[in-house]
Amino acid sequence: MRKTYKIEVDCANCANKMELAANKTEGVKNATVNFMAQKMIIEFEDGKDPKDIMPVVLKKCQIVAMDSEIFF
Amino acid sequence: MTKKQKKVLRRILISALLMVVLAFLPLKGWLKFVLYMIPYLIIGNDILLRAWRGILNKQVFDENFLMAIATVGAIALGEYVEGTAVMLFYQVGELFQSYAVGRSRKNISDLMDIRPDYANVEVDGEMEQVDPDEVEIGTIIVIQPGEKVPIDGIVVEGKSTLNTSALTGESIPKDAAVGDEIISGCINMTGVLKIRTTREFGESTVSKILELVENATNKKSRSENFISKFARYYTPAVCYGALLLAVIPPIVRMVFLSLAPEWGDWIYRALTFLVISCPCALVISIPLSFFAGIGGAGAQGILIKGANYLETLAQIKYVVFDKTGTLTKGNFEVNGIHHSTMDEEKLLEYAALAECHSSHPISQSLQRAYGKSLDKTRVTDVEEVSGNGVIAKVDGIEVAAGNAKLMKRIGTEYVDCSHVGTVVHIAVNGVYAGHILIADTIKESAKEAIAMLHKCGVFKTVMLTGDAQSVAEHVAKELKIKEVHAELLPADKVHIVENLIQNKTEKEKLAFVGDGINDAPVLAIADVGIAMGALGSDAAIEAADVVLMDDDPTKIAKAIRLAKKCMRIVYENIYFAIGIKLICLVLGAVGIANMWVAIFADVGVMVLAVLNAIRALFVKNL
Repeated sequence: MRKTYKIEVDCANCANKMELAANKTEGVKNATVNFMAQKMIIEFEDGKDPKDIMPVVLKKCQIVAMDSEIFF
Repeated sequence: MTKKQKKVLRRILISALLMVVLAFLPLKGWLKFVLYMIPYLIIGNDILLRAWRGILNKQVFDENFLMAIATVGAIALGEYVEGTAVMLFYQVGELFQSYAVGRSRKNISDLMDIRPDYANVEVDGEMEQVDPDEVEIGTIIVIQPGEKVPIDGIVVEGKSTLNTSALTGESIPKDAAVGDEIISGCINMTGVLKIRTTREFGESTVSKILELVENATNKKSRSENFISKFARYYTPAVCYGALLLAVIPPIVRMVFLSLAPEWGDWIYRALTFLVISCPCALVISIPLSFFAGIGGAGAQGILIKGANYLETLAQIKYVVFDKTGTLTKGNFEVNGIHHSTMDEEKLLEYAALAECHSSHPISQSLQRAYGKSLDKTRVTDVEEVSGNGVIAKVDGIEVAAGNAKLMKRIGTEYVDCSHVGTVVHIAVNGVYAGHILIADTIKESAKEAIAMLHKCGVFKTVMLTGDAQSVAEHVAKELKIKEVHAELLPADKVHIVENLIQNKTEKEKLAFVGDGINDAPVLAIADVGIAMGALGSDAAIEAADVVLMDDDPTKIAKAIRLAKKCMRIVYENIYFAIGIKLICLVLGAVGIANMWVAIFADVGVMVLAVLNAIRALFVKNL
């Protein structure tokens, strides 16, 4: 399943770090952060519920990019 | 500017002012330290706070942390002015970056200003403005002159002219009358139109195009991936470099050379390293260049579906065309009237009248060429001879119009045509009156388009077609295309393109240009699939990597040129930013570059790279 989330991130390097962090989250098959469009596209592994995974993604992202926000 | 940006600007101005004032005061010792801490904390409080939180989160190589260490270090060494200034310029750079990104985002959405805000729906005789999202299929909506068509539909009432320039980049007006299908994103120019919607807003052309452009930067290019990887190693590497620079030279001096260690000097040099370690300039300027390039192209009616395709477009060396619909118009037109025994206009009138009851493409092109309205009552005793043509009485005179077989059938001598195309022979009263040549016409700009392609670095153009060999060769000769493959089945086209791909090097890319209707498999195997004249055709938009909204073949060369410009900017930024940073690192290590130079290497380079990236947006006159 693929979902697109609106995000808020100030710097391009932070966006890259978020992408890396999201990719390292369990249940995430592939994550792409589009800094210019302020969007995060996440492909979830089969059978995983985004509701369980997204809070973890957010937590990981906020560790690497403090002021970032994901709207889900 | 947003509220957040205004706040930062205020802090920058206040602390800059304070620094200027302090520079004129004769300050010494503790008083100087305390007074300089005021602008330092005003400008740097959030950075320090974030750096602290970063340490708690074990995120050491974070810009905030680096800036905090560099400036606190400078202040500890007694360089109050430099410490504060570095923080100040860093904030200026961050502000500029966020402002520039915001502006270009807005610029691009302005360029692609095709999103309709409302639809007029008639409810109980009253006009009401509703959100286009809420309009159901089959609803009648009203479009006033000057308004955008919000949803695709069919005209049920009214007549007008539409401006498609927002979609195609060309301002050629298009007429719309009852029964015509019109697509969203056009601007209604002259009359009031009532249309019955055929799609939901989300499925309409305008939504699809916007979605495509917005999501294009999701597909990252190789250069982008390279930079994010580079950034991942660059910052830690420079940080460790700084640590070594602070520790090793003094120890070497002390232990091996028996000199004074000069700790302060070396620590200062190490701090200079930290200021240069931020990869911001690189990381921001690359996606920004692609975003601007794709946005600028979109405004010209060239939709590029990913940054990776922009990269590939710049390396196109082979262009393969499917003839019909790309180089030729794909509809049949009267190309010439030969051996006519009467006035050419008169011959055309006879032919058009004789065929006026037929809906065959040939008879329609005759009617189009005649141009005037036909009085069908003048035609009697119509006899269609299947596969041969028509024999009918026009004003009581017998007219036979058809191919050579028809002429043989009625026993009339005819003259063969020396040109390529479909020939309609005409006999009046059993006497040969001449023939009309009907052929698929070459687009006016096709020849120029091929020449332009060769000019921008394409070394081979190939034409594929299902048409007869003679027709194909004629078109190829006209357009100066060297390689032609004719009489192909769809599967043959795939084979030929596969062969071409195998016989070229990896760095030379191949583009296939089709009308997107039945060439999806070929579009898919080419390095870049380009669909033309896609306005209103979902299949084409779906199948291709690059979509040309109108059917002007010169746009292909334009797309390649703008891709090249964009890639040039990307490489300029990569070399420039990495180059300056490396030079400054070396100069910093040997003690020539101080912190002022370092902050230029960081902020100055970023500002220049961002400004350079924005150039990719301006592609109108390419």
